Amino acid sequence: MTNFKQWEGFEGSIWKKEVNTRDFIQKNYRPYDGDASFLEGPTDATNKLWGILQQLQKEERAKGGVLDMDTSIVSTLTSHKPGYISEETKDLEKVVGLQTDKPLKRAFMPFGGIKMAEQACTTNGYEPDPELHKIFNEYTTTHNQGVFDAYTPEMKAVRHNHIITGLPDTYGRGRIVGDYRRVALYGIDFLIAEKKKDFNNCGDGTMTDDVIRLREEIAKQIRALNGMKEMAKMYGYDISEPATNAQEAVQWLYFGYLAAIKTQNGAAMSVGRVSTFLDIYIQRDLDNGTITEAEAQELIDHFVMKCRMVKFARIPSYNQLFSGDPVWATLEVAGIGMDGRSMVTKNDYRFLHTLENMGPSPEPNLTVLYSSALPENFKKYASKISITTSSVQYENDDVMKPVWGDDYSICCCVSATQTGKEMQFFGARANLAKCLLYSINGGVDLKTREQCGPAYRPITSEYLDYDEVIPAFTRMMDWLAGLYVNTLNLIQYMHDKYFYEAAEMALIDTDVRRTFATGIAGFSHVVDSLSAIKYAKVKVIRDETGIAVDYETTGDFPRYGNDDDRADEIALWLLKTFLDMIKKHHTYRDSEPTTSILTITSNVVYGKATGAMPDGRKAGEPLSPGANPAYGAEQNGLLASLNSVAKLPYHWALDGISNTQTINPDALGHNDDERVNNLVQVLDGYFDQGAHHLNVNVFGKEKLIDAMEHPEKEEYANFTIRVSGYAVKFIDLTREQQLDVISRTCHATM
Amino acid sequence: MANGSDIKGYVHSLETFGLVDGPGVRFVVFLQGCSLRCQFCHNPETWHSGGEEWSAEKLWQKAFRYKQYWKSNGGVTVSGGEPLLQIDFLIEFFKLAKKAGVHTALDTAGQPFSTNPDWLEKFKTLMEYTDLVLLDLKLMDEDGHKALTGKTNQNILEMAKWLSENSNKMWIRHVLVPNLTDDEADLKKMYEFISTLKTVERVEVLPYHTLGLAKWVSMGIEYPLDGVKVPTEEQIKRAEEILHTADYQK
Repeated sequence: MTNFKQWEGFEGSIWKKEVNTRDFIQKNYRPYDGDASFLEGPTDATNKLWGILQQLQKEERAKGGVLDMDTSIVSTLTSHKPGYISEETKDLEKVVGLQTDKPLKRAFMPFGGIKMAEQACTTNGYEPDPELHKIFNEYTTTHNQGVFDAYTPEMKAVRHNHIITGLPDTYGRGRIVGDYRRVALYGIDFLIAEKKKDFNNCGDGTMTDDVIRLREEIAKQIRALNGMKEMAKMYGYDISEPATNAQEAVQWLYFGYLAAIKTQNGAAMSVGRVSTFLDIYIQRDLDNGTITEAEAQELIDHFVMKCRMVKFARIPSYNQLFSGDPVWATLEVAGIGMDGRSMVTKNDYRFLHTLENMGPSPEPNLTVLYSSALPENFKKYASKISITTSSVQYENDDVMKPVWGDDYSICCCVSATQTGKEMQFFGARANLAKCLLYSINGGVDLKTREQCGPAYRPITSEYLDYDEVIPAFTRMMDWLAGLYVNTLNLIQYMHDKYFYEAAEMALIDTDVRRTFATGIAGFSHVVDSLSAIKYAKVKVIRDETGIAVDYETTGDFPRYGNDDDRADEIALWLLKTFLDMIKKHHTYRDSEPTTSILTITSNVVYGKATGAMPDGRKAGEPLSPGANPAYGAEQNGLLASLNSVAKLPYHWALDGISNTQTINPDALGHNDDERVNNLVQVLDGYFDQGAHHLNVNVFGKEKLIDAMEHPEKEEYANFTIRVSGYAVKFIDLTREQQLDVISRTCHATM
Repeated sequence: MANGSDIKGYVHSLETFGLVDGPGVRFVVFLQGCSLRCQFCHNPETWHSGGEEWSAEKLWQKAFRYKQYWKSNGGVTVSGGEPLLQIDFLIEFFKLAKKAGVHTALDTAGQPFSTNPDWLEKFKTLMEYTDLVLLDLKLMDEDGHKALTGKTNQNILEMAKWLSENSNKMWIRHVLVPNLTDDEADLKKMYEFISTLKTVERVEVLPYHTLGLAKWVSMGIEYPLDGVKVPTEEQIKRAEEILHTADYQK
């Protein structure tokens, strides 16, 4: 058994015999149920560095959103010399390492697609190196090239007609969380030795396709591990052995994450569940008297500062989809262990406290793994941070733990993944609102007038009949589900082949579990439209060519979002039906199919491509995001709306069910104490019913309007709001999206 | 007396997320109909009769779906309109709540209060099932009160005294409208009155807001407070000092 001197003071032995971070955590962490009074403010170094960074962020915004870009260096683990927030203050940085040689400078990442990498440069006024154009077009194949070589005409048609949207076919798929903690706990050499064992035990000697592929992948992983060592060496660190103390543990872990964001530009590049793990190191140093609480907080502040600096070069159409330059550097705190002990440590407080020390921020995407059984003190502190910063999201540990255990991470906005045990194939969304319109129009797309879907018999009656619409819609959805899964199969195959995530996969078990994530867009509009067809009278307005272009709905009908079973039962039917259709199909590499209801700011773009609906939504209007009820549908207040969403069983949408709500502070209670307690009660009540996710914003509409009109005001520089599954700086949204956010229900009963 | 199940309530709207009408998280029922015509009313659409018909049992089933949000301090609040105009329904509804052990609060302006023995008998029954009364006091000056609301305040003050004598807990609430309900002398009088009551747990100043204005416009009623501003932080603080709200913090 290996026994490093760096492990002195740590309990347990299984984790020394195999790579097993969870075992290490369970044997060594110290639950904390006290209050927040131990926390320390920012150090001078933190204030200084954060001040510089804020200035850079201001310059970035002034330059139209991009501060600087690489045009001739292809980003690899060792492509750039060390970079710091600023040369003069580099000794103040307790955690070092940037994606490129300069802060906020975006790297050139062509492996997902050279066209996108080049377009990202040119639209921002940079000229990409023509030599790279030649290399990535003539000498090698990118992921994007592979996908388009193999796409069928039908796949191109659904993509072009936006019924399947947001496909990761021009950039990294993301959503793979390496177990970055392994770098700190084991050091790189141990991890290489373990991977070599896997390499030697790969298959029984018969060279089938799978075995060959796996051997090649492990070889790439080992190369990436060696690359990480090189990268760290450039910053003056030797990470071949385990971290000795808290500072090294944070640094080693960050190097693992840095390796991922230097080599992949996935939509979501999560940090993972690192808080409890790092507390073990900090606590050991505190016990030994080698670190003070102020120094511990400084480490976490500096680590979080780095997470706030992650940037990727994107193209305009990408920014319209995922507004506000998000990277989903999702990072979790809290949760309850399998043995029932709370996993809240002092470090979970420290991470939330970064929002006080350095102000609100969209990144890292701080996520509280919530349970009503968490320590009351911690629940109150999280609630307080929500009320003051609107920068935290909540996910229900009680529903995720039975599926993913107690060491899962959130790999995107809200989707869970077992840390170091699992990877996820990210799969965008199917727009079911459009699908419903296809079923009425026999597969003809309202916008392009193309026969995009199969030419099934259209519905020709003047008034829509529920019993006629349901079979037609089901048939169309079945077609869409099959095509959707197949399109994703092709994309995931090419991504593995041409843009393999060697650095992340090197920190995940070789025998990896794979999930295959699909998603639904337009959920509430389909539910309400079907309810309108069932309970009210929906007259079809057709144009001269016989295409249904609008609907006249008369009479009342129950809407999803009012805790009314008549509408909510339709929601359950829709989710289950779609999931079952997805599950019928073969999924790449024996992955487990899941689905989600978690569209993000993409609801605006998806809505533009979607015609008028029987629920009264006009053509082109934004879809409601995630599993949120449609705007204005909620008649009975927030809790009725929450109850409707809570009815959707998590195990039917294991990739996540996102819900975003905004509460006016005046409506949340008479004073600060009451507001904190009331929010805790709302969270307890919602999650105890088995609901999955909640974004909580606490501010009034007036503040949003003022921020939209006066983005230059100092107070709005870091004004952060939660949208479905992530957070953004409000002033970074397009005006269209700002108006969309403002128009959504703000719960403000007085 | 009518059989409980026959009594119908006329409901204007339901709010599942009421956090400022009583302690904790509350399910708030707004009943339809009110005989006051307060110039600053922000729910003028609840004045006239009408509303959706509900049985107490059905409404209770609906409310009870939110029990998991209430924990130890939340519950149901009935507001309006003027809930006491539907006292028979209220009794039935609160009976069901108390049977389930849920906290009940009545948000009233007290105008229907009467010492008529039949009415008072009903009110006594209602109070057996009511844990807290949120009582609006608008003005102490009788003439001013009539001008502002169209009705006397005598029976409202009577009700407060009655609650105090019968050990019914209450929160006194005062809507602060600049130049209308912020007269210093009147506020002092109000505090004098409040200090004679034995069961007041809280005194709240509710700043007037203009969110109701659009409703007046849409209903085609002339808004008498057109141009009246919301109170400033300072005005609110002053009123709170005069009413000694800090002394009542239970």
